Amino acid sequence: MRVIHHPILGDDTRVCNATITVDGRQIPAVEGEPIAAALLAAGIKKFRETPKHHKPRGIFCAIGRCTDCIMTVDGIPNVRTCITPVRDGMVIKTQKGLGEWSEAK
Amino acid sequence: MTQKIGIIYQGFPSEQELAKAPGVPSDERIKRGPVAFIECVQEIPCNPCEEACPYGVITVGKPITNLPKLDEEKCVGCGTCIAACPGLAIFMLNGSKQKAEISFPYEYYPLPEKGDVVDCVDREGKTVTEGKVLRVVKSPKYDATAVVTVEVPMEYIKIVRSIKRLRRS
Amino acid sequence: MKTTEIAVIGAGPAGLSCAVEAARAGAKVTVLDENLKPGGQLFKQIHKFFGSREHKAGTRGFRIGEQLLSETEKLGVEVLLSSTVYGLYEDRLIAYIKDGKDNTLRAEKIVIATGASENALAFPGCTLPGVMGAGAAQTMINVNRVLPGKKVIMVGSGNVGLIVSYQLMQAGADVVALIEAAPKIGGYGVHAAKIRRAGVPIFVSTTIKEVLGEEMVEGVVTVELNEKWQPIEGTEREFEADTVCLAVGLSPLTELAWMAGCEFTFIPALGGHVPIHDKNMETTLPGIYVAGDITGVEEASSAMEEGRLAGVAAAESLGYIDAQKAEELKQQIWARLDALRTGPFGEGRFSAKLKQLNSRRLLA
Repeated sequence: MRVIHHPILGDDTRVCNATITVDGRQIPAVEGEPIAAALLAAGIKKFRETPKHHKPRGIFCAIGRCTDCIMTVDGIPNVRTCITPVRDGMVIKTQKGLGEWSEAK
Repeated sequence: MTQKIGIIYQGFPSEQELAKAPGVPSDERIKRGPVAFIECVQEIPCNPCEEACPYGVITVGKPITNLPKLDEEKCVGCGTCIAACPGLAIFMLNGSKQKAEISFPYEYYPLPEKGDVVDCVDREGKTVTEGKVLRVVKSPKYDATAVVTVEVPMEYIKIVRSIKRLRRS
Repeated sequence: MKTTEIAVIGAGPAGLSCAVEAARAGAKVTVLDENLKPGGQLFKQIHKFFGSREHKAGTRGFRIGEQLLSETEKLGVEVLLSSTVYGLYEDRLIAYIKDGKDNTLRAEKIVIATGASENALAFPGCTLPGVMGAGAAQTMINVNRVLPGKKVIMVGSGNVGLIVSYQLMQAGADVVALIEAAPKIGGYGVHAAKIRRAGVPIFVSTTIKEVLGEEMVEGVVTVELNEKWQPIEGTEREFEADTVCLAVGLSPLTELAWMAGCEFTFIPALGGHVPIHDKNMETTLPGIYVAGDITGVEEASSAMEEGRLAGVAAAESLGYIDAQKAEELKQQIWARLDALRTGPFGEGRFSAKLKQLNSRRLLA
C-alpha cells in the first residue's frame, strides 16, 4: 500500500508511469523507485526461496546490504531489488535458490 | 508481575516525576490562565524550547542536558514552545474557564478540524472523555507540527494529553 | 588515473559534513557513495533533531540533508554516486565500481564514513517475509512512500524502535505493541511518551517466542523474561500482526578500515569492533580518517560533528588551514560533541569514546 498522504512529507504526487511484470502478473510502478517498493505497494512480500529448504524470504535491510531481497530481473539473478530502480517493462521473477541466468528480454 | 511506575518502565512520566519536573507549573498557576506544561523529566541533550520562548521564561542553560525550568509567573501561555520541542513533550493548559483547555502537538494525518468532537486520550492512549476541538494551528514556523487545542471537562485537565488518531478514509 | 586531495567514502551525514568542512577550507574533495542518491540515512529521518542550535536542533533530519547537499554543491564538491568502493590499497588507492566498470582513485587523504547496518535477531520465524529491520521499514515509509504492513510489532525500545514506531503510525500503519527484552525502556522517554499516548503498549522484560505464518508473518507470540533473561512459562501473549520490525542495535560497517589495515579495538557500547582513532579522527594509518557510525554507533547529530572534525583535520594536514585556526575549529567541534555525550543517555558513550581515544594513546 502506498503512503499517499503524510502529515510531515505532504502528499505523494508521483504517478505510476511504469509497468513491471512479476511472475507473469503486471503491476504498476513509479519509474526510478526501488523494485522492492513497487512490489510492497502491490502487496507482494515474498521475493525468493532459499536454495536448500525452499523457505520464503523478503525485504530485510532495504539499503542493499543483506541481499535477502534478491530476485531475477530481466534474466539476471541475484539482483538486489531494494536498491535497483524500476524501469518500465522490467520482467521480474521470484528467485528459486541461486537463480538461473537467461536471455534478457 | 507488578507494573513498575515511571517513564523508563511505562513510557510516560509518573505523577511523582511530573511533580519534581521544573517545567511543570503549579495547580494555582494553571487556574489563573494559559500556561506551558513541560513534561520533560529526563536529562537529554536538547534546548530548542529555551530559544523558542519569545518571553525568555524557559531556561535550560549549560549543560544542555539540564531539565527546562519554567518561570510560571512570566509565562503568558502563547504556546510557541509546543511545536518547538523535538520530543513533543510540551503542552499548554488553561484552567481559568469553566472547561479545561488543553493544547498539544499533533503530527498525524488527517488533522482534526475546529468544532469536531473527538475522543480525548490520557498518557497511555486510553480514551477518557470526549472533547471539542477549539483550534488547530498550523504555521510554517512549526514545520508540519500542528498545535491542537481541545476543550474537556475540568477534571481531565491533568489527564488528557492528546486525541485518538483519526482514521484515514 | 583519477586523483583527488581528499576522498570521502560515504555520502551520509558524516561524509557530507566532512566534505563541506574540507571544501570550505579550499581542499579538492571527492565523495563516493554506492547509492543512487546522496544523504545516507538522513532522508528517512523526518523527526526534529535534538541538541542545540549548533546541532541544528528542532530541524527535521531530511531538511538537514537538503542543507548539506546544497552546501556541497555550492562548494563544488565532486560526488560520485552508484560508486561502490570495494578496496583500499597501498598509498591510498581506492578501487570502486561504477556502472559495472572498475575504476581507481588516488587520494592524499581518505575519510571512511561508511556508517552502520542493522542487527538481526534470531527466533523461530525470524526469516519470514515481513520480519525486517526497523530502519528498513523507515526507508520504505519515508523515502519510498510504501507501507511494509498494516499491523506492526516493534522489537527494541531504543530511540530507533521508538521513533520508527511513531513514524509508522504517521504513515498510516498501526503499531500493535513494542517489546523490549531489558527491564526498562532504552530510548528517550519523550519518544516513548509519544507512542504511548497514541495507544501503543510497551512491554519490557519481553521478547519474541515465535513468529507465526508459513509464507509471511501472520502473528507473533511474545513471552516475558525473568531477571536472568529466561522465558517465563505461561506469560505468552499472541498478537495478530503482518510485520515485525527489529530495532536491536546497529553494527559499524568497518570492512574497508579492516582491509586498509587500521588497528581496531572492541567496545560493545559502540557496537563492537571499531577502528582506533585520535582526536583528529585519524586512524592508526596516517592519512586515513574515520567519522560517523563506523567509529561507534551514535546518532546523526554526532556523526555530523565527527565528519566536520575529520574534514578540518584532513584540510589542516594538507595545509589549507593554519594550525591555530584549525585548533580553534576543532575545539568548538569537540565542545559540541561533548554536549551531545552528556546526561544519563550520553555518559556511556562519552566514556566509551574516551576509551577508544585512550587506546590510540596506548598504541602510541
